[in-house]
Amino acid sequence: MSTLTGCIQGVGMLGPGLADWSSARAVLNGETPYVAVRTVLPLPGVLPPAERRRAGRVIKIALAVGAEAVAQAAADARTLPTVFTSSGGDGDNCHEICLTLATRDRLISPTRFHNSVHNAASGYWSIAHGCTQASTSLCAGDASFAAGLLEALAQLACGARAVLLLAYDADYPQPLRAKRPIPDAFGTALLLTEPDSAAALPRLQLSLSDAPAATMANAELESLRRSIPAARSLPLLERLAQRRGGTVVLDYLDSARLAVEVLA
Amino acid sequence: MTPLHLTHFTATSCLGRGLTATLEALEQARSGLSPCHFDTVELPTYVGEVAGIDAVRLPQRLQRFDCRNNRLAQLGLIQDGFDSAVRSAIERWGRRRIGVYLGTSTSGILTTEIAYRHLDPDTGALPEEFDYTGSHNAFSVADFVGRLFELAGPAVAVCTACSSSAKVFAAAQRMIAADQIDAAIVGGVDSLCLTTLYGFHSLQLTSPGPCRPFDLARDGLSIGEAAAYALLERAPAAVDPEAILLLGAGESSDAYHMSSPRPDGAGARSAMRDALTAAALAPGDVDYINLHGTGTPSNDSAESRAVTALFGNATPCSSTKGATGHALGAAGALEAVICALALKSGLMPGGLNRRQRDPQLELNYLTGNQRGPLRRVLSNSFGFGGANCALLFGRAA
Repeated sequence: MSTLTGCIQGVGMLGPGLADWSSARAVLNGETPYVAVRTVLPLPGVLPPAERRRAGRVIKIALAVGAEAVAQAAADARTLPTVFTSSGGDGDNCHEICLTLATRDRLISPTRFHNSVHNAASGYWSIAHGCTQASTSLCAGDASFAAGLLEALAQLACGARAVLLLAYDADYPQPLRAKRPIPDAFGTALLLTEPDSAAALPRLQLSLSDAPAATMANAELESLRRSIPAARSLPLLERLAQRRGGTVVLDYLDSARLAVEVLA
Repeated sequence: MTPLHLTHFTATSCLGRGLTATLEALEQARSGLSPCHFDTVELPTYVGEVAGIDAVRLPQRLQRFDCRNNRLAQLGLIQDGFDSAVRSAIERWGRRRIGVYLGTSTSGILTTEIAYRHLDPDTGALPEEFDYTGSHNAFSVADFVGRLFELAGPAVAVCTACSSSAKVFAAAQRMIAADQIDAAIVGGVDSLCLTTLYGFHSLQLTSPGPCRPFDLARDGLSIGEAAAYALLERAPAAVDPEAILLLGAGESSDAYHMSSPRPDGAGARSAMRDALTAAALAPGDVDYINLHGTGTPSNDSAESRAVTALFGNATPCSSTKGATGHALGAAGALEAVICALALKSGLMPGGLNRRQRDPQLELNYLTGNQRGPLRRVLSNSFGFGGANCALLFGRAA
């Protein structure tokens, strides 16, 4: 079996106490202590005003981390195929729709409806950046980050020069929150390029594994990893922050984990 | 790309359960659409409802996945011996080497919609028995199918609205080409729910009657539901001449609007062109196009522009949504199976309910069934958010 492989040219990150990749990197490599504060989502200035008003939390976080990864690599968003992956959609929007559908008149707004699709973030991204490249939107529940990484590297294996992976989740309001207790919004984006594009970049090799998933030594970060599906990327991001090679096993499905060999 | 073999396929929709019922309905030009009496919905619209879903029972060990969508998923899996075909593929390739790639748009959200009618009056809590992961979550259907067959390979739901279950073919093809798996269950399962019925109504995109794709007076879509699957495998060197192959796939984004297609059809055209390029074929090599053809005024005119720009106006085309309704996240897989049936039987199904030609739509739209030796057919699927996908299928010989 051949191995899926790709290089990381840019990273975006936003989560509780992790305001962007450079501050997250400082936390993950131990330079600064982790201080948990609620995720602050920036307004997506890249969107036209009408779309900006309509953008919910998942759209804001996806657009923010994607833009950070692209900017870091000084890449052109218009040229990049994208892989969006999220364990759920826009929980606030879904809650409002379900509330309205439980009333007598049931008249949901057209904007709520088109924002309810799982690929809403992808639609807004493509509009914001004028990107007509292929885009997919995946859901694998708690396994969504690993599923997205597999898809992005499979695209590289099939000839794409670069692929932008965006993994993100946002918390649901009550009463859904009691059934799906995601505590806060968390997102990360990786701009992945074909392995031979630049020798100095960290390189990944993926394979399915039965080994147990790596955990985070810091209890608060480990709690994030366990409670937000997109944060299951943290052990990989920690290695990237520390510029440390070796194999890190990421949570995936009950029936398989994803072993990621990092060649730093 | 290297062609892949559809070693087995099946579809269950309002036309019936399995391939025989589906082909018979198409041969007889029979629509499965009927006035909407679904759940407590009060809307002047038609739907393509699958009969008998409520009677389906999931295996005891997978009870947490019980919801209308997964019942439809299971009903679809047991038609045409598809489940047995999966089990023999497991014998051939092993549990880890088979992927599950399923498209859905709303998964089991109906369960949540109904649960919201029964919130605790004091606390506002959802009912105790409500299981988000087993029903509402988009992955529920792919997780359910993977567990049903005890697979241990990659599994994912692709959720790009109405192109979801077309894009699964492309995603699975990449994983096979990258040698991560040898076979995949690809397909789509989407079921009726209030979000889509009231949602499309809010956008004024549902027709009060049965949908009339490509008609001059077309006035919206009819929502349907379906479970459709194909088993995608590496093709052996000497493949049966009757075999149906996936020859190419093309994907693009409109980058235009969340719920309207680009009027000039540029995104749709580029998806179709990429599918041809992947198959190393020219437009003239395509014998029939199964259109996305939802029956909304803007969708059909954008698609017509896209098709004529690439193919001219000679290639026979039709939309089968007048028969099946728009199965949303299952539409891509349902129409892929209809394309496979067309290649096997030579039937190009005429589009139903087209009374008067729209002079603006210049493509060669079939209003009655035609037959011909078909070697290659194209299937279009376009979704909200501008998510376009075109799939090219062909006979081995």
